[in-house]
Amino acid sequence: MLKAVFVREMRLAQRRPAQALGGLLFFVLVGSLFPLALGPDSALLQQIAPGVVWVAALLALLLGQHQLFEGELADGSLEQWALAATPLWLLVGMKVAAQWLIAAVPLLLAAPVLGWQYGMTADAVGVLLAALALGTPSLSLLAALGAALTLGLRGQLLLALVVLPLSIPILIFGSHAVTQASLGLSAAPALNLLGACLCLALLATPWAIAQALRLALE
Amino acid sequence: MEPTAWADLSLAVSGWGCVRNGRVLLRELSFELGAGQLLVLKGRNGAGKSTLLRSLAGLMPWRAGRLAWAGQTLAPSAAPYQQQLAYLSHQAGMNDALTALENLRFALALQDQAWNAAHVARTLATLGLQDLGARPFGRLSQGQRRRLGLARVVLSDRPLWLLDEPDNALDDEGALCLADMLRAHCAAGGLAVVATHRGLALAEGLASTLDLSNLPTLNTPPEAAC
Amino acid sequence: MNKLLTATSRAPQAAQSGFRWRQLASPPVFFAWAGRAWPWFAALALLLAAAGLWVGLVLAPTDHQQGEVYRIIFLHVPAAWMSMFIYLIAAAHAGLGLVYRTRLSPLLARALAPTGALFTVIALWTGAAWGKPTWGAWWVWDARLTSELILLFLYLGYLGLVSAIEDPQRADSAGAIVLLAGVVNIPIIYFSVQWWSTLHQGATIRWNAAPSMNQTMLAGMLLMALACWAYALAVALVRTRCLILERAQEEQL
Repeated sequence: MLKAVFVREMRLAQRRPAQALGGLLFFVLVGSLFPLALGPDSALLQQIAPGVVWVAALLALLLGQHQLFEGELADGSLEQWALAATPLWLLVGMKVAAQWLIAAVPLLLAAPVLGWQYGMTADAVGVLLAALALGTPSLSLLAALGAALTLGLRGQLLLALVVLPLSIPILIFGSHAVTQASLGLSAAPALNLLGACLCLALLATPWAIAQALRLALE
Repeated sequence: MEPTAWADLSLAVSGWGCVRNGRVLLRELSFELGAGQLLVLKGRNGAGKSTLLRSLAGLMPWRAGRLAWAGQTLAPSAAPYQQQLAYLSHQAGMNDALTALENLRFALALQDQAWNAAHVARTLATLGLQDLGARPFGRLSQGQRRRLGLARVVLSDRPLWLLDEPDNALDDEGALCLADMLRAHCAAGGLAVVATHRGLALAEGLASTLDLSNLPTLNTPPEAAC
Repeated sequence: MNKLLTATSRAPQAAQSGFRWRQLASPPVFFAWAGRAWPWFAALALLLAAAGLWVGLVLAPTDHQQGEVYRIIFLHVPAAWMSMFIYLIAAAHAGLGLVYRTRLSPLLARALAPTGALFTVIALWTGAAWGKPTWGAWWVWDARLTSELILLFLYLGYLGLVSAIEDPQRADSAGAIVLLAGVVNIPIIYFSVQWWSTLHQGATIRWNAAPSMNQTMLAGMLLMALACWAYALAVALVRTRCLILERAQEEQL
């Protein structure tokens, strides 16, 4: 059953590539806006690089998340998911995992390019990838939670308002990890904290998302 | 289909009520359905037919009343009960971007139903959908979508069918098909609660009717048993 | 679920036969009790605030390092404490409402949230007013200030969500999920000064050691904290009464 969910998500992404690639484009665009606005001072760019990449990744993952469950709600499949044999939280977890692969893997591929543009060292880029790999799943889960809570309501803004405060710790830890690496210090503490956030998110959010979806169906 | 396994099943609802927009719409509704019986829900728009079906499917919380399935009182959202029902809402529950067959496959996987290609082909043929398997769901007409939804219900092999206006958008031929399927389902011992405006093309006496807009008084339970 | 419906209609008679705290769980009984109780809490808040401000502004000695400006502490610290405390209480009520489906708990959470947000704003604002003379900056992005700012966003997110959802039951439950998700922020705020080396001063009042501040200052701070608590209680009771009336009206339409 879980494999069927995964295959379905991949197939849908394949048939509607614009949605899937939108996040990647946004990531690259936002990342390129800062040097354009701030000027080519390479020292400054190196300093702000971790933060910029992380903010761009966060916003790219949030973009379009409000549509995550809208399709299923509109065509009535959400009810069938709720009535399924497999528990809803498992199905949702698998869907979010598939969405993470679709949305975050392009980001992971584009991040080194962005980092290189900002003049990050190779060590820093390595830590950036590790931090993104640990942090983006939590962000995806939180974005899905926001999407489920605001399902059926108009406006993307509410989703951002609900999700951003919860994602700020991940943003801070992730960015801190990369800053530490670019200064030559150990990024392990920050990466551990990211891992802890991921564990917490994996434990708590799928169930919360399932509850929120059932609420939307009532 | 396992007629002997379904013979002991029954659905009993007592004291169900619903609130819509803060107002009590229905109160103290009770009915019983045994194996092989069909209940037709009638009523004007907004009478509560869809709400009753969703509550029976366990998708809406029960503010009042009890549900008993096969003689056991349980919560409508309990897994053992939900695994025995097939619910068809106004929408077919399928994704526009996937083909009809892909949608059907996924829907049956959701219900833990094994894929039997021959059985699927036969059912689709009965419903006149045999050539549309590879067409994206979004390109099907409303009537064809409805028929695919019915195919899903039939293939799910569940004893309790909860159908919300299944004859919506169906042409006369489709309506006859629907009637045939309901008849076959009841003959095999299944139960069905069907909401409809038009009335089903069934012979008199095969189904009992519950008219939600014309309940005798709101407080006495209308018994609707065969 | 049947029991809940009948219990609420039985409550007014039970109120006459000896008071038990559990009866307050029913909206009509709570409504009556809150109507009688809130003026007392308001009066208590005024008295305590007057006493606290007098102790803080008049009696407490001048700080040898910071001069007179430190007196912002008498508003800043109680407001910060209350911002965290109210969030925890609101989250607890929201959780109770989610699990036990009580009718009053989500209303209490909704009533507490605006006051909590207000205290957070006061804490941030007085903190900035204090930070400028002492650190030379209106705002510093250290752990405690940042997490207090996050707390404000959490409050605003909760309030935005519950007001955007029309169905009251869905709004209550969705809001409860958001509140509970944000609870993890409270320990971060509280322990941030221990976990990270920050610019913000460390905890002066600890569980296991005598406070390191002057007795009079401490007394002033505690008086103000109690005043804020009484104020929050009075305001929350009034707001809950309004919410009970609103819900009752919606159900009669």
